[in-house]
Amino acid sequence: MTTTGQPDIYQEPEKNIGDVVLDVKDLRTYLYTRWGITKAVDGLNFQVRQGETLGIVGESGCGKSMTALTLLRLAPKPAARIVSGEIWLDGENILERPEGEMRFVRGQKISMILQDPMTSLNPVFTIGNQMVEALGMYYQEEQTKGLRARAVDILRRMGVAAPDRRIHDFPHQMSGGMKQRVVGAMAIAGTPRVLICDEPTTALDVTIQAQYLRLLKQVQAESGVSIIFITHDMGVVAKMCDRVLVMYAGRVVEQGEIRTLFRNPSHPYTKALMASVPSMEEKHVDKLYSIEGQPPALFDLPVGCRFANRCEFATDKCIEAYPPSFGNEQGHTADCWLLESEAQWSKVAEAAA
Amino acid sequence: MEQDVLLQATDLTKYFPVTKGLVLQKIVGWVQAVDHINFTIPRGKTLALVGESGCGKTTTAKLILRLERPTTGQIQLENSDVHTIEGDELKQYHTDVQAVFQDPWSSLSPRMRVRDIISEALVVNQKVQKQEAYDRVDYLLTAVGLRTQQATLYPHEFSGGQRQRLALAAALVGNPKLICLDEPVSALDVSIQAQIMNLLKDLQDTFNVGYLLVAHNLATVRYLAHEVAVMYLGEIVEQAETNELYDNTLHPYTKALFSAALTANPDSQREEIILRGEVPSPINPPSGCRFHVRCPYAMDICSEQIPERKEMAPGHFVNCHLY
Repeated sequence: MTTTGQPDIYQEPEKNIGDVVLDVKDLRTYLYTRWGITKAVDGLNFQVRQGETLGIVGESGCGKSMTALTLLRLAPKPAARIVSGEIWLDGENILERPEGEMRFVRGQKISMILQDPMTSLNPVFTIGNQMVEALGMYYQEEQTKGLRARAVDILRRMGVAAPDRRIHDFPHQMSGGMKQRVVGAMAIAGTPRVLICDEPTTALDVTIQAQYLRLLKQVQAESGVSIIFITHDMGVVAKMCDRVLVMYAGRVVEQGEIRTLFRNPSHPYTKALMASVPSMEEKHVDKLYSIEGQPPALFDLPVGCRFANRCEFATDKCIEAYPPSFGNEQGHTADCWLLESEAQWSKVAEAAA
Repeated sequence: MEQDVLLQATDLTKYFPVTKGLVLQKIVGWVQAVDHINFTIPRGKTLALVGESGCGKTTTAKLILRLERPTTGQIQLENSDVHTIEGDELKQYHTDVQAVFQDPWSSLSPRMRVRDIISEALVVNQKVQKQEAYDRVDYLLTAVGLRTQQATLYPHEFSGGQRQRLALAAALVGNPKLICLDEPVSALDVSIQAQIMNLLKDLQDTFNVGYLLVAHNLATVRYLAHEVAVMYLGEIVEQAETNELYDNTLHPYTKALFSAALTANPDSQREEIILRGEVPSPINPPSGCRFHVRCPYAMDICSEQIPERKEMAPGHFVNCHLY
């Protein structure tokens, strides 16, 4: 053991953000249920650049995970239908691909890490077997031996200690953090352009979470993969993301560069969401802010602003019509009527139907 | 300052045997889940236990709830030894000490009406008449922010946050003195978390109940707890009044743990300390200070001698050779 007498302090890797890799236009995924049409994703527009991390935040049921599944075209059928929209990935609209060819897109162009690693791993096969199976898909001419060597190499990149031995382990022999690393390794094995992380650290301890997030950043710096980070933890967003989308009831209500959005949250929902998180750095406040009421049912949405029934500042206008998007010079946009009268905000898009 | 002590744990230890063989089980080692810890919970206050998984937080809560028996040491609730009481006294104890768990989906029986879930403990333990118990249910439902008309519904008709309110109402039914909260908000949505945290504080003020809070979200702990104990591999390594601990961390483990917690502020300039290696196995914990193998400040003495508990400031205790 070497003791430096000084703790190792983490250094951020450098970021290189390139061209647009993923361009989503007016995406709508509706679920046809016996209660009616549930508008889980309702008119989503966003872009992700190479090497960029985009955060999607919001409460449960706001459409975050359905967005992720739609991007992979894995939304549960037959209930879910992609009603409209385009998903341009690497210059190609993947919604036009035949279903049978999606297997060449998933994993190699876009892949995903889920919250619970056990839902991604098969308990009766070793880590090595499962990785070789996935890698065999990407390197079809290669023999098992070569694939194993690749698996070991990727596990090492994901920070798994002694990967040549761990490859013979079954999932239950690994800790939660280690399993999540294996899942991460499988997700990046096909060198995707876009990696969707759906709450990958929610089930992990704080220290393990910090390790895992550092690892994702490192992988991103090495490979230039773009990350879409879905979470409800504002701390994780602040740490990981370059830009954030705030979703509410199937729509993006506010989006912007991370610093501008955190310094100047402009939609009342974003403000409320941020005010309801207690801080570790500040002393006890008397009472935490909490948003009253419930989000609207997605099969019975109001015509006006979807947050109006819980909003402190709601006016008649908010109830009557959905607000258009207002933007400012920093590229920060928010859908809220309150911004109409403010000088630095101007209308950038008409109200979504 | 003399405090009204509700619960006192002295030299509390829990070892689990590690066995080999199917029939003639031979004990080959001990998992030192909780190792000689001491703490007190004052009446109407909150003590939080924080630390990584496997550090003994939940085992401690289980010892208090009498779900496990301690290997050595004792727990006293108002001067009676929790693990030796019997009969009516024990029934009273099970009313006095309650628990609320993380997952409100698995802690409420799906086949019972809300009023029966909440009043069950009262009817079974205290022989209270049904009607009287239902009146208490109505009162509690209002106290936790639900409507009395909801008493006849089943748990599946409630959302996650509402279910956690129900679990709290059920815990409060016999006027308990202490509630063990095991990650009470971490399964809930952010905005609901705030509601439940506010509710927990209000209920503490109304019912003057003590909380043992087991949580890993340090911001939640700062908001709810009056005192915090940091655990590592079954030992309490640092303990202090909440604001004192958060403003003035002393133990290298506490520093590393706190630096790993994320703040909702992208401009935060806090340094992130990288801990080497993984948490060692509690079956064969390192000699001396259990943290020394991962500690950036480790000295020779750390591997040889168990550090003593030292009081660095009034009420701020740390077990570390640096001080």
